[in-house]
Amino acid sequence: MTHTQLSPQQKLELYYWMRLTRTFDDRMLALWKQGRGVGGTFSERGHEAIGVGAAYAMYPDDVVAPMHRDLGCYLLRGLSPRRIFANLLGRETGITRGRDANLHGMGDLEHGIIGFISHLPQSLPVALGVAMSFRYRHEARAALTFVGDGASSAGLFAEVLNMAAVFNAPLVIIVENNQYAYSTPLSQQTKVPDLVVRAAAYGLPGVTVDGNDVEAVYSVVRQAIDRARGGGGATLIEAKTMRMLGHAIHDGAEYVPRELLAEWEAKDPLRRYEGVLQQEGVADAVELSEIGERCQREIESAIEFAEDSPWPDPATVSEGVYAP
Amino acid sequence: MSETATNFGFTDAADDQDRQQMSYIAAISEALRLEMRRDENVLILGEDVGGEFGGAFKVTKGFEAEFGPERVLNTPLAELAFTGMANGMALMGLRPVVEVQFADFITTAFDSIVQFAATTHYRWGSAVPWVIRAPSDGGIRSGPFHSQNPEAWFVHTPGLKVVAPATPADAKGLLIAAIRDNNPVIYFESKPLYRSLKGYVPAGEYIVPIGKANLARQGDDISIITYGTQVREALKAAEQLAREDISAEVLDLRTLKPLDEEAILDTARKTGKVLIVHSANRMLGLGAEIAALIAERAFTWLDGPIYRLGGLDTPVPFSPPLEDAYRPNAAKIVQAAKELAAF
Ligand SMILES: Cc1ncc(C[n+]2csc(CCOP(=O)(O)OP(=O)(O)O)c2C)c(N)n1
Ligand SMILES: [Mg+2]
Repeated sequence: MTHTQLSPQQKLELYYWMRLTRTFDDRMLALWKQGRGVGGTFSERGHEAIGVGAAYAMYPDDVVAPMHRDLGCYLLRGLSPRRIFANLLGRETGITRGRDANLHGMGDLEHGIIGFISHLPQSLPVALGVAMSFRYRHEARAALTFVGDGASSAGLFAEVLNMAAVFNAPLVIIVENNQYAYSTPLSQQTKVPDLVVRAAAYGLPGVTVDGNDVEAVYSVVRQAIDRARGGGGATLIEAKTMRMLGHAIHDGAEYVPRELLAEWEAKDPLRRYEGVLQQEGVADAVELSEIGERCQREIESAIEFAEDSPWPDPATVSEGVYAP
Repeated sequence: MSETATNFGFTDAADDQDRQQMSYIAAISEALRLEMRRDENVLILGEDVGGEFGGAFKVTKGFEAEFGPERVLNTPLAELAFTGMANGMALMGLRPVVEVQFADFITTAFDSIVQFAATTHYRWGSAVPWVIRAPSDGGIRSGPFHSQNPEAWFVHTPGLKVVAPATPADAKGLLIAAIRDNNPVIYFESKPLYRSLKGYVPAGEYIVPIGKANLARQGDDISIITYGTQVREALKAAEQLAREDISAEVLDLRTLKPLDEEAILDTARKTGKVLIVHSANRMLGLGAEIAALIAERAFTWLDGPIYRLGGLDTPVPFSPPLEDAYRPNAAKIVQAAKELAAF
């Protein structure tokens, strides 16, 4: 595959966003272990290259409907770690002002982000609708969304793929095939381990990408987005990766074979990209660790901000149900 | 934040073998296990119910080992299809018990439930004897999509039965009754009660008939009519009210459809003052139907307006102060009851 040419500066940006995502995730997990969390939360560990690579491939006026493991996507689209952390902790300063939990509901149309609901895969038809609004207005813009291997079993997946093809919608759907849906392995989810083959059934192009290779993700998503923006229609992309931790914070994932995790640990998207950057002479270990420290500082200050933020005022609980 | 469950962090349901102090969730597991041992037509299906894992709340942990994967079907993520599949199985004489991972996700299966299952016997005389187990209710900081109480939609639907146990014994007895019933039954189990509520559960075959309410506490001044999680809150409130010389009766409905109308009317006529409480939002919740029933058939016995306490008419908020403002609890019940008693 021909990688769209990335400058050293862009490569460092990709690294920064992945590192920021990982740092956020690590610190979040630590906080929860210390009992400083509220409710449950999802780790995106192992998914950094997908969320970041895909969001980096978007143009500013594109719109994305991320799911629960796309922290990097939210960050890159401009939601600050502070507001996201405050959301996790249910504070007034969070994106949903305490209304919705963890990465749910973090929509912000200013940043081209559609808020996520738990019901899977509800983001798919919504993203299709966003794409259709672009088509309707003759705007050269694309909608991007994500779906898990598990959620791809739901009927909506088929319905949306079909409609996206029929309508030639400017839509990019990324299947994050992380081998598990909660405790259910891919083998119990589908008899066809390559989810991308479903594209053909609807007359859509399908592309498989190594979901742990950030530049590869960037590259295929960029091509699909360019195609969509140019009137070429929808694309299904399957990004193969591994959910490295439990389904959510409470889940120890004892059902995942340890060898499988070890195999994927060796393909860790962040470590791997560090290797690439050093090999290409884009950055040395010192520069990379400086980026790491910067991320650490940002996340620490985000946590401080979130923990110091006020709780929502219970008197406001009924506000906002209806648009004014 | 002591009330915060670090999400749904659950241990084994079946560990608790002490009959005097059996947890609500262990009672559910026990009912399922006994019914599966008794009748090979009973089988389980849903997301993550199989394997070592045994479901998001571990209700079916160990089931695959005992009953085999044929009777503990781990399904792909597709509620509409697997609930529709339960319709077909039930028509062929099986008794599927479907687990929706959270009651909130039951909407995904709506057509299979309210259009197919609910109308089939009326239209062409064939029974659809399945049970859907729906882990419901909040108060555990799980946000808008893991806290819902969608029972009213199903109570509104002719052809369904709906139950909502409030105690470990009823959790067992109503589940067995639901499995043996020849109709589609939705069994709303209370997540907040799963491990926090323990009590005596009779051994062996124990059936709580569908359609019979339980007078959980006798009183003279005011009737609190409720179900599910709020029964515990109502009983706490009644204790508090007793200390303030208000004698509250607590009626636990147990079955929401068909309603035990006589039990409702009896308590309303006895005390003349009725407070209806549920976690679900108030607007067109069960309280509305119960209030209408009392107004129609016990009007002359009433000594005050019928009060209702329920969730607010908002999505269920996540943040603790908002969720606390949203939900009824013992303190709010005490307050409303005192107001009503003074009327
Ligand atoms: C309609 C619906 N049913 C069930 C669930 C509960 N649930 C949440 S995530 C999940 C597994 C999702 O797996 P996958 O789509 O592969 O995404 P992943 O979590 O692996 O990223 C399940 C069953 C849900 N959110 N929505
Ligand atoms: Mg998955």
